[in-house]
Amino acid sequence: MPVTISIPAPLRQFTGGQSQIEVQATTAGEALESLTALHTGLRRHLFNDQNALRNFVNVYLNDEDIRHASGTSTPVKDGDTILIVPSIAGGSVMETEIAEGLPELSNEEIMRYSRHLIMPEVGMQGQRRMKASSVLMIGTGGLGAPVGMYLAAAGVGRIGIVDFDVVEQSNLQRQIIHGTKDLGRRKIESARDRLRDINPHIEIETHESRLTSLNALQLFRNYDIIVDGTDNFPTRYLVNDACVLTGKPNIYGSIFRFEGQASVFWAERGACYRCLYPEPPPPGLVPSCAEGGVLGVLPGIVGAIQANETIKLILGAQDLLVNRLLLFDAWQMKFREFKLRKDPKCPVCGPEPTITKLIDYEEFCGLRAQPSAHPPQSKLEEITATELNARRLRGEPLQIIDVREPHEFDIARIPGTKLIPLGQVATRMNEIDDSVDTVVHCKGGVRSAKAIEALKRAGFTGRLINLKGGITAWSEEVDPRVAKY
Amino acid sequence: MVAILDKCIDEIRRHGASDYPYECCGLLLGSFEPGGSKAVTETYAISNAREEEAKRNRFLITPEELLRGERYARDKNLEVVGFYHSHPDSPAVPSQYDLEHAWPVYSYIIVNTGNDKTGDLRSWIQRADRSQFDEEPVEVMLCNLSS
Repeated sequence: MPVTISIPAPLRQFTGGQSQIEVQATTAGEALESLTALHTGLRRHLFNDQNALRNFVNVYLNDEDIRHASGTSTPVKDGDTILIVPSIAGGSVMETEIAEGLPELSNEEIMRYSRHLIMPEVGMQGQRRMKASSVLMIGTGGLGAPVGMYLAAAGVGRIGIVDFDVVEQSNLQRQIIHGTKDLGRRKIESARDRLRDINPHIEIETHESRLTSLNALQLFRNYDIIVDGTDNFPTRYLVNDACVLTGKPNIYGSIFRFEGQASVFWAERGACYRCLYPEPPPPGLVPSCAEGGVLGVLPGIVGAIQANETIKLILGAQDLLVNRLLLFDAWQMKFREFKLRKDPKCPVCGPEPTITKLIDYEEFCGLRAQPSAHPPQSKLEEITATELNARRLRGEPLQIIDVREPHEFDIARIPGTKLIPLGQVATRMNEIDDSVDTVVHCKGGVRSAKAIEALKRAGFTGRLINLKGGITAWSEEVDPRVAKY
Repeated sequence: MVAILDKCIDEIRRHGASDYPYECCGLLLGSFEPGGSKAVTETYAISNAREEEAKRNRFLITPEELLRGERYARDKNLEVVGFYHSHPDSPAVPSQYDLEHAWPVYSYIIVNTGNDKTGDLRSWIQRADRSQFDEEPVEVMLCNLSS
């Protein structure tokens, strides 16, 4: 489409004196590319050596700064006009004042960061900016591990870590910040030791607590950037809202099985998590990594992307994952990207927000107070692993149905059980004897409860009892030879 | 070469002195003359009300302010031909930072302000290849014309 670019007076010497030039383009960036292809002498005055628009050069599309739209990807229409306007910089005094505000690097640090320093995109200024910056990581699990390790190695001056868990065997397949020697230790302590070992020149601050609506705002205010390494929806919404309310960028990542997502949610510049997902999925619909599994290397990849975006943000780089959702499939080895848009009706980052303080996120995600939501419905009968064992030892007639998947059955099983995966229980109902008590179990007790609901809906008339805590409880209470996973 | 009315030089110096120890800044309005020289017949001071903000942004004149100044100039049949700013307690020479944030053709006038004042006022112009600033001769015009 033809658009008209107005050339400011001092640059007309490069356009043969023309003050207006018409070019064909679909975006503002394309228009500038066509312009500078046509008049090559202009280029160096608009773009720097890295081919980015010089930071004092402002581009207005029909009187609106494209930085407030989608930058150089802002679409242009037939007949639009583009104005190029400089900002005027101050003098030497300001420059030194600003430089003096940043911490100095010791000779040891200069040596350590030399591979950064020799790149103009980082340089001394960038590395000192890194030293002056602070990042809060929520979680030191699969995502937090590479995030923390790379940020520490890169020289981010102050890293805060929030976690309340202890290191367990099943963490070590992916959480490479912790080691076998750390089993049973608090994750924040194990993570702190590892980060200190990587880089003794930085500060590590540990916060041993669950992130809640009561402590989030206070915690976030003390840091420049927040990195979300959480594994559940309530905390993810909490991190998002607290970031919007405190004006902090939220470096987001999530993982499940072979698939990962990453983005930078920064309400001042673009969409937030709620613009993308206004509502959480119904509870139980999206399984957690504990239920569905995750490829160990996946959080390594997604977490490294989060660390990358964090460092770029500190260095003032363009082309962050703002308004972009990156999807990664490790099994197909494919990256895809979606454009995001700020939702003008977003309840937290929109112009008329309805969420102006933190709320109860467990309730928001439907994980609490279900009784009112699901009225009387028949009550779920439960049994503990110990009781079940006692009933079996007494020789009482009962059958146990395992509703897990066959590959889980291969890992561990309770002897004398019948496998009918959750997705098949209703259609294979006739395989279950309704004349004796039926105990249903899964890994932790959630899927088996669903299976009981499904059987009841399908008209099963026998007595159904849920095994509390699933096979995991069986292993803990009754038979430790049954492997936990 | 930039020819500048003496009253404009007075205005720049006064602005610099009143904003000391902070930097002052403003636009130079006039006309581009054939042969590459410029005439400055009016100054347009930019408010320093947002000093803190400006310090953070490292820019003294925002594009919005420049656009406003350009509109003002157009109404008076003038053009923005350059900018002035002060260097409190430091010499009237541009910094590397100034160089990276400038365009050719414009005149960049820097005035030294402060206690140890030499009171230097010098004009600089960027080379077309952006490699450096060259000092530009300043010719003072006496204000004896009615406008």
